[in-house]
Amino acid sequence: MNFSNVVTVYLKELKDTLRDRRALMSMVIIPTIVMPALTFGVGKIAASVVLKARQEIPAVMVLGGEDSPGVMAGLRQDKKLRLVATATDWKEQISDKKLRAAVRIPAGFEKGLKAGAAEPVIIYNYDGELKSGFAVNELEKYFRGLRDQTVTDRLTERGLPATLVRPFETKRENVAAPEKVGGNLLGGIVPYIIIILCFTGAMYPAMDLTAGEKERGTMETLLCSPVARVDLVLGKFLMVLTGSLSAMILSLTSMTLSAAVAGMIFAAKTGPAQLAAAASQAQGAGGTMPMIDPMGLLGVVAMVLPVAVLFSALIFTVALFAKSYKEAQSYVAPMIFIVILPAVLGMLPGIDLNARLALVPILNLSLVCKEMLSGVWHWNYIGIIFGSSCIYAGIALALAVRMFNREDVIFRA
Amino acid sequence: MIEAHELTKTFSDKKRGVITAVDRVSFTCRPGQIYGLLGANGAGKTTTLRLLATLLKPTSGRATVAGFDVAQAPEAVRSHVGFLAASTALYGRLTAREMITYFGRLNGMTDAAIKARIKQLSAELDMDEFLDRRCDKFSTGMKQKTSIARTLIHDPAVMVFDEPTLGLDVMTARAIVKFVRDCRDRGKTVIYSTHIMSEVEKLCDTVGIIHGGRLVTEGTLPVLRARFGEQDMEEVFVKAVGGEAAVQAALKN
Repeated sequence: MNFSNVVTVYLKELKDTLRDRRALMSMVIIPTIVMPALTFGVGKIAASVVLKARQEIPAVMVLGGEDSPGVMAGLRQDKKLRLVATATDWKEQISDKKLRAAVRIPAGFEKGLKAGAAEPVIIYNYDGELKSGFAVNELEKYFRGLRDQTVTDRLTERGLPATLVRPFETKRENVAAPEKVGGNLLGGIVPYIIIILCFTGAMYPAMDLTAGEKERGTMETLLCSPVARVDLVLGKFLMVLTGSLSAMILSLTSMTLSAAVAGMIFAAKTGPAQLAAAASQAQGAGGTMPMIDPMGLLGVVAMVLPVAVLFSALIFTVALFAKSYKEAQSYVAPMIFIVILPAVLGMLPGIDLNARLALVPILNLSLVCKEMLSGVWHWNYIGIIFGSSCIYAGIALALAVRMFNREDVIFRA
Repeated sequence: MIEAHELTKTFSDKKRGVITAVDRVSFTCRPGQIYGLLGANGAGKTTTLRLLATLLKPTSGRATVAGFDVAQAPEAVRSHVGFLAASTALYGRLTAREMITYFGRLNGMTDAAIKARIKQLSAELDMDEFLDRRCDKFSTGMKQKTSIARTLIHDPAVMVFDEPTLGLDVMTARAIVKFVRDCRDRGKTVIYSTHIMSEVEKLCDTVGIIHGGRLVTEGTLPVLRARFGEQDMEEVFVKAVGGEAAVQAALKN
């Protein structure tokens, strides 16, 4: 191996690739602009749709209840419900989404309540429909309140304390630091995005530098040079790795920056009181404002390095076999599913790192990144994963060199 | 100097089994001479030349090019060979100068030496006008000139031409033929493959006729004409390979 030859090949490939609009698209534009826009865009749309659904005051129809004026008055006063006039086609109205829910109050409900027990109240809803669910929650909340009030009234009547039926309360309090909560929420998705970008960033240069060169006839020209084959492979491989890493680093930087900018805009628009309210609302929705621990992020980047080498060498080897760019695409594109599957598995809650999973490529990366982002550093696993990834990467690179030396592969036409 | 001795190359093909593309071929090309390899498509010309340029490894037999063994020292062989084929293309996104410089560097030349050599080649080949333009916009003539400059950047002692005029217009083809002759006049060893009889008559000092992977006959033009009793090179070729039927059969394969 001659290092200066490797550098010569690498610099030429870099120059060549930077002049290629299609390569810039996959290596620079998509990771810096499209990926963050997609991630934030989809998140924002989802959040605003849910918020809108929550803000809507659901239309609810009461069936019966003429002899229970107290209940009717209570429902009418509930600001989170909009009562509509009783009609016979209430079932159709629910199906047509004109009505979110209906509630049947049995005849003689209040009388029965005074006497001891009453017939059940029936709530009609549209299962699986978000807005119908909100209406049901509201109705149930009202009737739960009514039941509690009835119990309390009865206890007071008999001179008994309220703690007789409710001897204690339970309370929830979060002890995880905000960045750990963020780690758990984002810990799954960040490695997933990184893995995909590492792969797609390597795809274009890997195919262009192998099958693309064969197709254009420059491969034979290059093979005429006195440079050893291994130097050619390494120079080209370094370019593919550059594509992979640049896609990953650019997208991480771009996402971090846009998250920071979005946070600043958010803070500027809303006063501190509103911010606190928003935070508590977010807590109700499942957590505090997510934050990413920068040390965890650095750890992720370090762990991804050998996997980027593995991807680059593997795609290079597969694409080298193809006769044309098009053929290479049909081989390489399905590989992305093989990559996504373990990455998605790692995102699932409940799958935790163990010694055996630490040896499964890609899945181990996804799992260890999730841990590192939530501030957990299992050094022995990190060692196993980094070591095994390096070994896999080395094998893949050796395979690439071997394939490049095979006449039937390099001259396949 | 090129010396091939019993050079053989076999490929294994899934459908057709083992194919002997080059079968025990022996010949010698001397400096200052043009050796023409004449054969139909699929006769084994390209494979023979790729063996000499060490793009392929011989299955058996030996060859030395510029004093180096093709199997033992392929890198040394390549640094003394300029290989030009219809299939050796240029990098479209590089300029002619960048393309030539790249191959100069791959040949281990210093940047100063490359610069001086490009100046000289560009003057000889009349390339100044398009030297700093990207190759993908070139006409075939400009592409050929750039390819020639690429093969000559390291001033190789041996030149290997594999059907260099394939698909070129008359003027460009003529320029190539003139260039091949220039190479001989400068004392380089030249091997030239073609299936065009007129090029053989114009250029070659010695002709080897290759058919079905075997070198069926070899000699200077007068010797071959006398041996087969024909004046026309095409008739010589047909007789050498064993008549019309043999040519037909070879083309069908």
